Amino acid sequence: MKEFLENLKNKTLNPEAVITPIHVEFDEEDIPVKRGEVLRYAGYPAAVLRTKGDGKNDESYIEVPTDEELASRLESVVGLCKGELTYRISYCFFQLNRDADGFPILPFEQHSKDLKKNLENCSAVIIVAATIGAGIDRLIRRYERTQVATGLLLQGIGAERVESLVDLFNDEVNSNAAEFGLKAHPRYSPGYGDLPISVQPHLLKLLDAEKRLGITLNASYMMSPSKSVTAIIGIEA
Amino acid sequence: MNIREYMKDNFIFLDGGMGTLLQEAGLKPGELPERWNVTHPEEIIRIQKGYYDAGTNVLLANTFGANCLKFDDEELEQLINAAFDNARKAQRESIGKQEKFIALDIGSLGRLLKPYGDFEFEEAVAAYAKTVKYGVKAGADLVFIETMNDSYDTKAALLAVKENCDLPVFVSNAYGSDGKLMTGANPASMVAMLEGMHADAIGANCSLGPAQLIGVMEEYLEYASIPVLIKPNAGLPRDEGGKTVFDVYPEEFSDVIKTLLEKGVRIVGGCCGTTPDYIKAVVEKAAGLKPVPVTDKNRSLISSYTHAVEFGISPILIGERINPTGKKRFQQALRENDIDYILNEGLKQADAGVQVLDVNVGLPEINEPEMLETVAKELQAVTDLPLQLDTSDPVAMERGLRCYNGKAMVNSVNGKDEVMEAVFPLVAKYGGFVVALTLDEGGIPETAEARVKIAEKIIKKAAEYGIAKKDLIFDPLAMTISADTTAALATIQAVHDIRHGLGVNTSLGVSNVSFGLPSRNIITSTFFALTMEEGLSAAIMNPYAMEMMNVYHAFKALHNLDANCTEYITYAQSLPTLAPATGTPTAGSGSANTGGNGAQGSGTGSTGAGETGVSPLQNAIIRGMKEQAGKITRELLKDTKPLDIVQQEVIPALDIVGKNFEEKKVYLPQLLMAAEASKEAFEEIKKEMAKSADGAGPKRCSFVIATVHGDIHDIGKNIVKLILENYGFDVHDLGKDVPEQVVVDKVVELHAPLVGLSALMTTTVPAMEETIRLLREQAPWAKVTVGGAVMTQEYSDRIGADKYCRDAMETVRYAEEVEKSLNK
Repeated sequence: MKEFLENLKNKTLNPEAVITPIHVEFDEEDIPVKRGEVLRYAGYPAAVLRTKGDGKNDESYIEVPTDEELASRLESVVGLCKGELTYRISYCFFQLNRDADGFPILPFEQHSKDLKKNLENCSAVIIVAATIGAGIDRLIRRYERTQVATGLLLQGIGAERVESLVDLFNDEVNSNAAEFGLKAHPRYSPGYGDLPISVQPHLLKLLDAEKRLGITLNASYMMSPSKSVTAIIGIEA
Repeated sequence: MNIREYMKDNFIFLDGGMGTLLQEAGLKPGELPERWNVTHPEEIIRIQKGYYDAGTNVLLANTFGANCLKFDDEELEQLINAAFDNARKAQRESIGKQEKFIALDIGSLGRLLKPYGDFEFEEAVAAYAKTVKYGVKAGADLVFIETMNDSYDTKAALLAVKENCDLPVFVSNAYGSDGKLMTGANPASMVAMLEGMHADAIGANCSLGPAQLIGVMEEYLEYASIPVLIKPNAGLPRDEGGKTVFDVYPEEFSDVIKTLLEKGVRIVGGCCGTTPDYIKAVVEKAAGLKPVPVTDKNRSLISSYTHAVEFGISPILIGERINPTGKKRFQQALRENDIDYILNEGLKQADAGVQVLDVNVGLPEINEPEMLETVAKELQAVTDLPLQLDTSDPVAMERGLRCYNGKAMVNSVNGKDEVMEAVFPLVAKYGGFVVALTLDEGGIPETAEARVKIAEKIIKKAAEYGIAKKDLIFDPLAMTISADTTAALATIQAVHDIRHGLGVNTSLGVSNVSFGLPSRNIITSTFFALTMEEGLSAAIMNPYAMEMMNVYHAFKALHNLDANCTEYITYAQSLPTLAPATGTPTAGSGSANTGGNGAQGSGTGSTGAGETGVSPLQNAIIRGMKEQAGKITRELLKDTKPLDIVQQEVIPALDIVGKNFEEKKVYLPQLLMAAEASKEAFEEIKKEMAKSADGAGPKRCSFVIATVHGDIHDIGKNIVKLILENYGFDVHDLGKDVPEQVVVDKVVELHAPLVGLSALMTTTVPAMEETIRLLREQAPWAKVTVGGAVMTQEYSDRIGADKYCRDAMETVRYAEEVEKSLNK
């Protein structure tokens, strides 16, 4: 990635270069569970959280709900996920050109005004797909019908996990970009604004996501594993 | 030469990467490589000739993605024909002198099957079948199923091959760095399933380099009695100046392959990133090696979609509770199509420690084949325990075996020719590990000797169908000693003789032995210990009986089957202490005790969950304490009428929780925990009521609920369902991704006054609209409420719903309103 960004900065990119995806696997330990986020996804507002441990700098710091029963259920759900998830990402990057109307030219057709706006002034984009694997769906299936509260918390933790994974990658993009005096725009996903989710097949194909990440789409463009994310990150020189 | 003959004495060399080389030749991202068979035949032939020149025996025709989901029939046939023309041309032009074959290459359809995806298993079988038929017509020497990352998809493809040709078939799966398929299967489980279905060779390809796959290969070699194959990538892809390169080169690649050939792998090649140079290096390194003979590993395996269970080492517990015999509550669940009850019975047994679940859903008034298929599928969606399909109906057995994801246990055959002739062909086709009862036309013989004779006869007959001894497990039948005190001795003797004389596995339904006696678990568990000592491999048993679990864990510890006694210690620590429990609430017979009785930590924090002036049961429900709720209800039932508990305890508690939720004193997770707790109370109440003749008592009006067609998210729907059930509504849950007409048909069938539809994605709102349109036509009486993440009042109005409900409580209130207006 650094090489690409450096070339982008020095304007020495080869526009003919074949776009090939890169795959990275992250370690669970590097992505601590944000319990407040899990609960927020599960419909429990952050205001009623309290903290355990001495404060944010404490290693053992976690946010827990004040309701003891819920707190213990949440911890058991965190435990259920241990070792069941994988943290994988596939990404690629390329130089960005624009058509006569100023729309960014991506390797697939789209005429999203919102995306155009998001990618304003960008000279390159990074396309990324991330997934925490099918394990979370297995767990959700296991619990959602017979222990619905656990199922709900699993949904919450799945959402938190995959978002944290993309965040981790995005942080890396941001800091790498900053190193070369470039600026990464906020990531943009299909389904945001007027960018339809029907572009998903193109994004996934570009990233070889079926083979590399095991992500497939159903007839309504929903991804399996369900806790997967695709996004476009613009880079401004 | 026929490849089956050739592979007996020789290594088979496969080809290497195709996709990566086509990209170098100019294939654009997103372009379908199969079209190049027609548009760029010269490139395909050039690459394939390179492989034959390097020493490839089996070349994969360029048909990896050739399926009817990507191409129409006409183009599909054309592309497959062209693929074989090209491969034959490469074969003719090659200078290689080795034996050459062409395989029909089959990759995944790219659609995930139910329950994780939305694609039907049978649809997948039909799609693969088309590719197979065209491939056979085009002249394939064999079929090569590869890069499959899901066991169920693999089964669909293999079944399609088996049902449409007699060609040899190799099956190769793509393992992740965790040594499992994407959907969770480990190598042993794949060996069990694929060998059971008579694949000719099995193994792994793609995803990783050869060195990372050594562990996977070792597991294959340990279990497989058929040739093992590997076709790895040239290591891991890495970015170099914006280009993907692989980090293992031919020299290193072929060194690892050579090690694997020495370990016993018989069929080798390369996948992504490999080129003819890699294959050439492999062929050269293999030149001095002699193939390790393929031997029968004699392992008795069954599998689920994640793991295998082996018989013959440590005794296996098979949970017997999914069975309506003598269980009123279970019969009621079957009649009411209450699948959740059955699933829960499975999950509870899993938690109790069984390794296999027996599944018997036979009841005279229900459609057993349909029910067995449904329950098998649903159980496999929630638990990864392998199943033992238990039915005497061969039609039901086939339905179950066909849809089963893995290699199932088959319960049962016996010495009757008629039964064996019905069941063995199914096992030969789908794979299976068969329980064989030692009885025949003459009934159950009294002596051990005669039972062994029947066992011998069954072994012989099975062999005629290609079913090996290792795939049989004999049940020499436990008879009650209350009728004949010599009965147990004969069974114990038969277990010994069959296990040690015939060298096959044995199983017993142990509890029969104590039938008609008091304190049955004492007799049953002792009998269980005695038969395990004689070599019993498995028992169909009640895992809730502590005596049985005691004996099982003690036996394993005493027999050196439990390293460091770890399992035993864990088990022992989980046992309830025998000292009388303190502080547990007892039957308050409905009187309003003070709140917080027996509840720890009450008064901490301002959760709004704590209530004063409520009874112990109400407190347990409000705080979401499931076990407490069940326990208190059991106590109450001793002297309180079931319906009184519902009216005076459960409903008021639910009202408090519902109100707190509406006032934002508690939130969704807590609402659901309370609902789970009250469900636990209801379950105890239902159990009690099922004992009496009038069954479950009156229900409120029916409510049909579904997640609409195309949508696979159903947590929201499940939440609404649970809360509605708690309030007594007769909820009919049709599941997720439900076709429009299916919803309508159910509403019409029940004349249901209420329908709830859920959608999470904007893309599935049209399906919701269509469902409502059809309901208005065919079921104009029904009130439709909609909900889900994407729903708004505006959407709801636009698609013509009667009511938009933001959450479960609002749905309950609306349902009550509608019900009230009906009763006017």
